[in-house]
This record gives sequence, structure tokens and C-alpha cells, in this order.
Amino acid sequence: MVTEDPPALLLQMQGIVKTFPGARALDGVDLDVRPGEVHCLLGQNGAGKSTLIKVLAGAHQPTEGTILMDGEKIEIPHPVAALEHGVATMYQELDVVDGLTVAENIYLGHELANVGVTQRREVANRTRQLMERLGHPEISPHREVGTLSAAGKQVVSMARALSRDARVIVMDEPSAVLDSGEVDNLFRVVEELVAQGIAIIYISHRLEEIRRIGDRITVIKDGRTVGRNLDVASTSTDELIRLMTGKDVEYSFPERPGVPADAAVRLQVEDLSLAGVFSDVSLTVRAGEIVGLAGLVGSGRSEILETVYGARRATGGTVRLDGRRLHNGSVPTAVGAGIGLAPEERKSQGLVLDEPVYRNITLSSFARTARGGWLDERAEKKAAQEQATALDLRPADVERSIRTLSGGNQQKAMLARWLVHGCEVLLLDEPTRGVDVGARSEIYALVRRLADAGTAVVVVSSEIPEVLGLADRVLVISEGQVVHSGPAESIDEHQVLDMVMEGSAA
Amino acid sequence: MSEQQTSPNPAVDSPKTTAGRRRGFSALSGGTARNLGLVAALLLLCLVGFLTGGERFASLSNLMIVLSLASVIGVMAVGMTFVITTGGIDLSVGSVLGLTTVWATTLATQNLADQYGWIVMVTCALLVGLAAGLVNGVIIAYGNVVAFIATLAMLVAARGLAELIANRRTQLVQSSSFEGTFEGNLLGVPKIVWIFVFVVVAGWFLLTRTTFGRRTVAVGGNPEAARLAGIKVKRHLMYVYGLSGLTVGIAGVMMLARTGAGSSTNGLLYELDVIAAVVVGGTLLAGGRGTIVGTVIGVLIFATLSNVFIINNLDSSVQQIAKGAIIVGAVLLQQRISAPRST
Repeated sequence: MVTEDPPALLLQMQGIVKTFPGARALDGVDLDVRPGEVHCLLGQNGAGKSTLIKVLAGAHQPTEGTILMDGEKIEIPHPVAALEHGVATMYQELDVVDGLTVAENIYLGHELANVGVTQRREVANRTRQLMERLGHPEISPHREVGTLSAAGKQVVSMARALSRDARVIVMDEPSAVLDSGEVDNLFRVVEELVAQGIAIIYISHRLEEIRRIGDRITVIKDGRTVGRNLDVASTSTDELIRLMTGKDVEYSFPERPGVPADAAVRLQVEDLSLAGVFSDVSLTVRAGEIVGLAGLVGSGRSEILETVYGARRATGGTVRLDGRRLHNGSVPTAVGAGIGLAPEERKSQGLVLDEPVYRNITLSSFARTARGGWLDERAEKKAAQEQATALDLRPADVERSIRTLSGGNQQKAMLARWLVHGCEVLLLDEPTRGVDVGARSEIYALVRRLADAGTAVVVVSSEIPEVLGLADRVLVISEGQVVHSGPAESIDEHQVLDMVMEGSAA
Repeated sequence: MSEQQTSPNPAVDSPKTTAGRRRGFSALSGGTARNLGLVAALLLLCLVGFLTGGERFASLSNLMIVLSLASVIGVMAVGMTFVITTGGIDLSVGSVLGLTTVWATTLATQNLADQYGWIVMVTCALLVGLAAGLVNGVIIAYGNVVAFIATLAMLVAARGLAELIANRRTQLVQSSSFEGTFEGNLLGVPKIVWIFVFVVVAGWFLLTRTTFGRRTVAVGGNPEAARLAGIKVKRHLMYVYGLSGLTVGIAGVMMLARTGAGSSTNGLLYELDVIAAVVVGGTLLAGGRGTIVGTVIGVLIFATLSNVFIINNLDSSVQQIAKGAIIVGAVLLQQRISAPRST
């Protein structure tokens, strides 16, 4: 190794402890960030990543510990103080205002104004400069942010950080809402920022991303730093997973037992179309089979699932379950017939966050356990508790508010809903989004167990390896068309990518 | 999965159930804390009433006056609690109340009532209320019109229809069977107070113990999740507005029993009192959380307040100011109490 003076530390967090009534969220976290590096923060859900970045953003006050900037101790009593110290945070739920323009968003809270009158031209000019600096000169300062894609909104969010002269930018899972092309774009912007000496604290579950752009890694577990300043290039994935989970876990897919040729066809979709989104999609799923849909964001994969489920009204084609044709565009019919959907956006589409876990689990079945309209809460809790135990839901207390559960456990609760309800066909849209690595393998194993028990499963995911690893058969979707259909084993990630890229270019 | 299912682990299971019970208790105490704050406010108000009004306030007959005063608003507030729990609003309750009292006392209705008894007038009031509520519900759920606008339209239209029918005259209740059934006391308590109690108990059961209540909370908490779970969200919303209309019909009957007359000006601005009582009671305007007990306390607070003012011969304008202060104060207080739960 060449010894060369490492650049002086830009930001240091030392022995950060944060206690909440009844919980110790952070129990001594250390973090050292150099200027011009991408410092990755790894940890399972619940490890304390969010709390740590909230401390750094001034949203939480640490109980103990010190924060140093350029070697000097600083206090961050409120979010504005964080910005004044040059620390900007991009939260997962982007904090942009859809109804305002790009320029207005960037200067929100520190408007350039003369006696209360905003300096529109000056703001527009500076916004243009920022956009050029970020490599997106095509985004006009006057465009309404609501019309931008998630990727565009991220750029606006980054421009806002730069407008505040940020020296450290915290990015909380920025790639979660992006497809692979947009991720490339994001990385280009990150590289440009880093070249300008800005430090990025990058939080992601996706190890392959960290490999691509990360410089060093800090791993936290149970509120403590367990891996400090690990070099990205020389640290193995196994080692990282071992640090995150505290045990040796293979990030692996369950084995495929193979679907017998005479297995009954559960779901049969013929020439299904949704005008302007996808057309003539046909697929069959047998009992015990997992079929994966691979494609880019916007290719129509999620819409296909939602149309099969009746959440959208098809403009053509039929959906049959066990040979019986389902009424078009009716979720209650689909649910009644035995189709379950775990939607893409768990929080906004799947869960009633203020309700306890058991009521979320029984959301599709409480009417059935009820007698003449009277709820049987005891039976509901019992059924929910059984599934919670079977799925190893943590914590297993079903009377907690579901809001307090981690992403992986919320996903398990979604699966538990359909297990309690009992379904023959399970549609999973992005089953591991926001789920940490340790819990992913668990979800995969669960899905396979469901299939082994005779359920027909359809999985949609932006992560192609996930589709290829989990499914028996894969359908590649591009521009609303099925461009390939075949066994998952006989195709690899590159071939899938080629197909979806080709399709989108055509 | 099946292997784990067949071998439940009692050693792991038992501490979890106790934890569940503990949490259940603390959640209860969170709700109770909210209600206790309201009860404290109510007691404070009673104390003020006693100090300033003495025996005139603290008498059984005055208590009955307060309760009768609370009854009409209270019954509508039970329906409104469901509407607000879904995240909606029903601005039309006051005018629809007026409409039900007018329709139930037209010459035609009262003539029929002479023949067939009070049931005709009651049925008429309930059907008019229910129909107005269902119209609201259909427009909101299937027409995708914002509840505020749809019910605002109903507010204006129902008042107009009531004026048209009554020709702006007051219609006295003539039916002796109606008077005999609904006016006066039962076991020393005004009959309309009994109706209030019955509606409250029924509303509490409906919200907390039935599938209807569960759907109401789920639809208010996350309509998209409810829809994707297979709940018929639109149909349910229609029912909820229908329920609100039905409670207005019941309140219309009570109004007739109390005042003895149907008039298009009955229930003017009642919607504000109803909504204020529900919100002060702790039901979230954003939807997803509703409490009948809180609503009842909210109704009693406002009824007691106006009683205290009347006993002391104070200007009703001052009462309005006090009402405003109570609304803001109660909501601020609730946010404080529920803050530790939301973080």
C-alpha cells in the first residue's frame, strides 16, 4: 500500500448516544468523513442509521457524544444549524414541494429577496448554474417540480444542498426510487460532487451500488459502530453481511424444487391490455410456480400486476383463476377468488400505519371472522399472532402500531395478511424494497415456501438478479410488451438488460 | 412454515402476550389521557358554573336542561364522528335538520300521522335525512367531488328546499300521538335524552365492535390500502354519509319534540357546533382515528358552556369567543398529550 497523507477529516461524530424513553437508539456511534469521499453507511433496518442522520441533520439532539467539523466541536440544535454548518440531508421521501418551480424549491427557506420581494432573475440565474454544475442543464428553473421524475426531484434536492454551500451531503437510499438508467445518472452527479471536494454520506441496502461508488464504509449494528472506515475495494461482501447481521448469512436464494409439468394452472392471463401502458400480455402461473416479471421502471410491470388484481380496469383481455373468468376491474372479486397483492409502495398502498399490526394483517379477512357484522377481535389476534410467529415477525407483538416495524417486518405483515386470508395466487410488487440484506433472504425463503405449499406467485422487481434468483420462469417486459418468456435458469442479467434496453431504444 | 406452525413455542409465547397486554393498557391509557383532559375541562366548567350560578346551576332540573340542549347536537355529532373518521366532512347537517323538521310537519304528513300515528312523521324525518346523506355520499364517493364542496352544496340546497316547502312559515306539530310519544320525561329524564343515550351507545358499538367501524377507520387511515385489501371504499363512504344523514333525521325528530314546530330556520349553523364537538373530542380531521366517547364529552362541554353563560345572563357574543378559545385550547392540549405517541 502506498502511504500518503490522508486528507484531514471533514466531519467526525464521536461516541454518539441517543436515548428515547424506553429505548437506546444509538449506543456509541463513530463516523469519520473525509472531504471528497463517498462514505457509505451500512446497517440493517433498526440499526440506527435514520436516528444517526437525524442527529446530524439537527432533527434529534444526541444524549451524549460530540460532533466535530474541521476538528472543531459544533452543536446542531435545529435543522437550520445543520445547513449553516454545511451539512445537508436528502431524505428518502424527497422534501420538495411539487407545486413550486425548480428555482423556488432550491431557494425555499433562504429566498433571495430585497425587502421581501424575491429576486426572480437572480434566482433563475443561480439555479441554472447549479443545474449545470450537477450536469442537468436541461432542467429549467421555471419548471414545476411536480412534473419532474423522481430522479429529477433528487437533482433539485441536491441543488438545494449546493445552494446552501453544503460540504457534506447525506443521501438516504437515493437509488430506491430510481431505475437503473437513472441510477447511472445519480452516480455521475455524485462523482462530480465528490470531485469538487464535497463529502457524501451514502446510505443504501444495495451492496453492488456501494461497490460502484463508495470509498469507505462504516457499518452500524444495534446503535453501535461495528465496522469503521472499511475500504470498499478490500472488504468482502461476506464480511459486510457478517458485520451487519452479526452472523454469517448467505445473501442467497432458496433452491428451486421444480414445478411438475402436470401442476394445475392457477392463474391464466390472456391478451391483457391497458391502453397506453401495456398490451397483449399473456401469462400462466401453475400451482407452486414463481413467475418473475423483469423490466425497467415505467415498462408497465407494476401496472400488469395491478390490472390482474382488478385495481385497474383492463381495456382488453381476460384473467382466469382456476379456469374461472374474473370480473374486470374489481379488487373485491379478485380478493374473494383468492388473489393477493403486496403492493409496490407498502406504506402508502398497503398499510394503515396508525393501526396495530394485527388489524393490518386481518385487513382483508376481518369481515370473514366477524359474525353478523360483529368483529371477533380475539380470533383476529389469534390468527395474526399465528402468522407472526410462523413468519418470525419481529417484534412478534401484534398489538404494536405497524408504523414502528422495520421495512422487512412490514413486508412480512403484508404476506401474513394473505396467509391469514388464504390465497391461491400471490402478486408481489417489489417485495424487498426498503428491506435490508439480512431480511431479504428471509423474504425469499418465505416466498418459496408459499410456492411449495401450492401458491402461484408472480414477482415484479427492479432488481434483475432478484427476479432471476427467485423465479422459476421469467417474463421480460419492455415498453408494455412481453419480449421474452422462459426458464429463469437459462437467462442471465446481461441478456435481460440487453432486451430491455433494446426494447426501450426501439 | 408449517413446521413452525405446528410447534408453537409456549416459552416464547407467554412473555409476548403479557407485553401485548401491557402495551394494550398503555394505548388505552393514551386514549384515556386524552379523554381525561376533556373530562377535566368539563369539570372545570361545572365548577365555574357552580361558583357563579350556585343552586341554579347545580340542580337536577338544570342538568336535564343541559342534557336536552346537548341531545340534538349530540346525535348528529355521533354521525359526524364517522364521517370525520373517514377523513371527510358533512357541512349539510344543520340545513338537512331544518329540512327534516319541515318535511315531517307538512300538512300532508301530519294528516297521515292523524290516521296512522307518530310513526309517519318519524319515518318521514328519517327517510329525508337518510336520502340527503346518501345523495351526499353518492356525489362524494362516485362523483369524486370533495366532501367539503358536495356537502356545502347540500347545505345551500336543503335550506332552500325547506324554505320552499314551508313557505317560510313555522309549522306546528299537531299530532297528539307524536307529542305523547316524544315529549316529556321517562323515569325523570327527558325522552330526547334517552334517544341521545341510545344513539351514543349504538354509535360506540358500531365504531368499535363492528366490521362497519373497522372499515370506517381503515378507509380514513389509508383509503388506497383499504381498496387494495378488497374493501369497497366507495360504497362504504356512501354508507357513512348515509349514516350521518340518518342521525340528522333522528335529531330532526328530537328537534320537533323539543320545540314543537318544524321550521326552515331550524338547525341554522348547527354544523359548526357539531364539527367543533367532534374535533374537540379527539377525532382526527385527517381521518383514521375516531372516538365516540370523546365526541360525547365535547358535546357536553359546549352545552355546559352555553348553560353557564345563560345562567349568568351573559352576552352570547362573549360565549362565541369562549367557544373559539375552547376549540383551539382543546386541540392544542390534545396534540401535547398525544405527542409522545406520534414520535
